[in-house]
Amino acid sequence: MIDWMNWTPTVVIFFAVIASILAVMTVYEIVSPCRERKGFLPIETTRGDRLFISLLSTAYIHLTFLAVSDVSLWVALAVSVAWAAVLLRWG
Amino acid sequence: MQKIHNNRAWWLVLPVFLLVAFSALIPLMTVVNYSVQDIFGPGQAFFVGTEWFKEVLGDERLQDSLIRQFMFSGAVLLIQIPLGIGVALMMPKSGIKGSLCLILIAIPLLIPWNVVGTIWQVFARGDIGLFGWGLNELGFDYNYTGNTVDAWLTVLLMDVWHWTPLVALLCYSGLRAIPEAFYQAAEIDRASKWAVFRYIQLPRLKSVLIIAVLLRFMDSFMIYTEPFVLTGGGPGSSTTFLSQTLTTMAIGQFDLGRASAFSLIYFLIVLLISWLFFTAITQDDKEK
Repeated sequence: MIDWMNWTPTVVIFFAVIASILAVMTVYEIVSPCRERKGFLPIETTRGDRLFISLLSTAYIHLTFLAVSDVSLWVALAVSVAWAAVLLRWG
Repeated sequence: MQKIHNNRAWWLVLPVFLLVAFSALIPLMTVVNYSVQDIFGPGQAFFVGTEWFKEVLGDERLQDSLIRQFMFSGAVLLIQIPLGIGVALMMPKSGIKGSLCLILIAIPLLIPWNVVGTIWQVFARGDIGLFGWGLNELGFDYNYTGNTVDAWLTVLLMDVWHWTPLVALLCYSGLRAIPEAFYQAAEIDRASKWAVFRYIQLPRLKSVLIIAVLLRFMDSFMIYTEPFVLTGGGPGSSTTFLSQTLTTMAIGQFDLGRASAFSLIYFLIVLLISWLFFTAITQDDKEK
């Protein structure tokens, strides 16, 4: 099925992960709705805002790793996941 | 009274979501897919991982056009926003003169991009164009096809001519929304014109100005047709902005992988800046 339009397994996994993050967060939101609050970020954020910020910064973290170092991108992924966790919990 | 939240209302958004999926999400996914492959032709695609991203991030031509793009967008905002406010302040408040002014000011906005480029290409020519010929007759050595500074000036002037009216119209509507009582109070206090502008008009214009800055930033950041028609990106590559570099790469050289990697980076920059503006606007509303 993924031969259609030359989809590669990597890209399929990438979007599947993003889609499942969104799905999980939607279910989480329905089960326990969140409230806007202020953490260490300078603005009040909802859980969705923090997820968006962490996804966006994940992209930038990966690009920075690619641009300035030859370190494996798994390190960038680990850093991003840690950052996202911090952001979602205390952001 | 507590607000009632009914999440079933989201179903009403479904048609829009489907439309956006087809017009934006699927193309974006395709771009992501292309950015990790080297494509020679139908059925001849090879997975290359993050190679394109690495190459694009280190490409000086792209870095240069990114810097040029930021310079251009910065210059556009620095000129058009104050100028737009100034024009709006000077426009007649109402009556036939006001309507006439609105129509005259809106005319450049109605002209298609490529026509704007052509108009200025002819207008700025040294031999037959009024502007170029006039400058040369006045003793300035003006030639937008050969001189980098002249080319920049012409592209900027063209953009200012085309888009300042938008800022002016937005500010005009913002100014008209200020209740007369504010001005009366200022008059009683014998406030100077500057004080009226600084403490009444400018704060009240804040939200329209944020929208104007956002619109002008996004539009100038993806500018393509006007400079392409006017200067073709030249002289050299001095007025080649991001989207033109990208188009040359994707369509001219058919370098799909590299172009996709680059468009994703472009997209991320636009996304970040738009989000910052969006946050600024919503924070502003919350404060109110």
